[in-house]
Amino acid sequence: MSGEMLLSLEGVAKSFGGVRALNDVSFGVARGEILGLIGPNGSGKTTSFNVLTGLYAPNGGRIAFDGADITGASPQAVYRAGIARTFQRSRLCLELSIFDNIMVGNHGRLNRGLWHNLFARRALKAEHDAAFAEARELVALFSPSLADGMFQAVGALPMIERRRIEICRALIARPKLLLLDEPSAGMTHDETHQLMSDILAVRERLGNLTIILVEHEMGVIERVSDRCVVLNYGEKIAEGTYQEVASDPLVQEAYLGSA
Amino acid sequence: MLNRFPPLAVAAAAVLAGMVFAIVFMEQESDVAVISLIAAAALAAWLAGRAGVAEAVSRAALASPGALSALVAAAGLGVVAAFAEDHFPLLMLATVMLYATVALGLNVQFGYAGVVNFAGAAFFGIGAYTSAKLVGSGVPAILSLPLGGLFAALVGLALVVPVVRTRGHYAAVVTIAFAVLFKTFLEVNDAFGGPQGLPVAAMNVLGWDFGDAPTLFGADASFYLNYALAAFALLALAFTLVRRLERSWLGLALDAVRLDETGAACYGIGIRRNKIFAFVLGNAIIGVAGALYGCMQGYVAPTSFTFSDGLILVAIVLLGGMGSPWGMILAAAIVVVLPEKLQAIQEYRFLLFSAVVIAILLFRPSGLLPRRVRRYFPEGGR
Repeated sequence: MSGEMLLSLEGVAKSFGGVRALNDVSFGVARGEILGLIGPNGSGKTTSFNVLTGLYAPNGGRIAFDGADITGASPQAVYRAGIARTFQRSRLCLELSIFDNIMVGNHGRLNRGLWHNLFARRALKAEHDAAFAEARELVALFSPSLADGMFQAVGALPMIERRRIEICRALIARPKLLLLDEPSAGMTHDETHQLMSDILAVRERLGNLTIILVEHEMGVIERVSDRCVVLNYGEKIAEGTYQEVASDPLVQEAYLGSA
Repeated sequence: MLNRFPPLAVAAAAVLAGMVFAIVFMEQESDVAVISLIAAAALAAWLAGRAGVAEAVSRAALASPGALSALVAAAGLGVVAAFAEDHFPLLMLATVMLYATVALGLNVQFGYAGVVNFAGAAFFGIGAYTSAKLVGSGVPAILSLPLGGLFAALVGLALVVPVVRTRGHYAAVVTIAFAVLFKTFLEVNDAFGGPQGLPVAAMNVLGWDFGDAPTLFGADASFYLNYALAAFALLALAFTLVRRLERSWLGLALDAVRLDETGAACYGIGIRRNKIFAFVLGNAIIGVAGALYGCMQGYVAPTSFTFSDGLILVAIVLLGGMGSPWGMILAAAIVVVLPEKLQAIQEYRFLLFSAVVIAILLFRPSGLLPRRVRRYFPEGGR
């Protein structure tokens, strides 16, 4: 892979007992690129994300990110290196406010000193106000009405708003790479379209953030991705532009079954 | 209906009514009077809720939290002052405040970090035994309180590895085992007085002898007034600390760990570090309260720090509402005072509180005073 790659996986393997969830998977993402990671159910897309973000330790292979080896690093270390993700099933803290949830994503940039938090309330307030303004501005890019109610509990909001907040939570700390795990899950076609437009608009403002997108809706992939990697049974079976992989007979067979 | 009055005025009236009720309630002797007063209070609370008092109080709490806290503190001192000459009510009030302090410590562990601790009474006991041993051997009382907290935190550290490594129910089982072990350890250990326990010398802080009856406006007050005031100061301190913890990034991290460990880890939040922090801080608060409790009782024995007492403490946290500091104080008052005033239920209190816990979990899982969404600096109105 070329030196321009922000992230590269080389021969990554992961098995659970006898099941090979990932088998010798290699691909890379260039800076500023949107990579679509696609494949049928159970093909290893989410497992790839879990290995990338340190939730699972790989059984083999190497993962390099931004010039550093992050193979087997803890989730916390991966986050600090600059990779943020969203989850297929929302992992927002429903009883916390919008602002709280976004600050969970901002955690690495906040001052967590004991003295600062408990006794230097004035300094904490200054930090809080700055963080609030920043979070509010980010949320307003997606939905101005949400930005007016930053202290409402997330649990009372509809799915599309929760997704927006989850993406804000991932973006607030300005990651170098954003992993989106099925942002369309649980939403209507129109909502998905709206959300992807929002993401593209925000991405432009954040200086062409690099994104890996796992998605079932091929329309979304076709619309936003620069390049696609197709997984099937834990192996990479194709790579290229959407048009290239869509016309690949191996890919068609994986999706439709052999005739 | 109450909209035309300023929220703070409504809240002040509610606090005053609460104070008068507490004084009248504590004076009652007969079961009939106590039960009628409880029924009246329940009815009044329901009517007040209908009339919008609760909303007024929450608005006052958002607009001027300092003023409201000061009002409640003054009301608490008012109740203490009303009984300045009576041993028994003062002892009861001081016990309420110490139990509330313990509940605040448990709340840090349980309500914020999600680490269930059934050994609260054991850590309370470590504090009490620390002051029994230290005050007896001439260590100044003012040191024995922080040292009680320190020892409770240190002993708690021994439990950290199994508690942090296990999740959910398993962590709870570790604390249950410790609670049982602690009482047995005290009973068989002669250095701690065995089953009979140890006497504790009265506290003496910089020449202020807590065993002496203070004089209040020319009249002799009960010596328990000393302890009630010390317990009040301790509760105020613990309350401020826990409130500030909740309204900070540290409190947010604890919430994130409780609600979703995987999600928290993916945003760089250390799971173990946060659980250890909450467990140690909570035990330290509990230990300080225990050290004062030992001095106040003048006696410590293993039977005061059993597993059942630990269950009562957890019941206080559930009843008050996990994560809600004001809830801890209200629930501690109910759980401590009720069995004392209603002698009929004294023997059945464990049964009764178990039933209460089940009812709370079924019908009102967020407790009597549910925790509200976090505002870091509510006085700004945001």
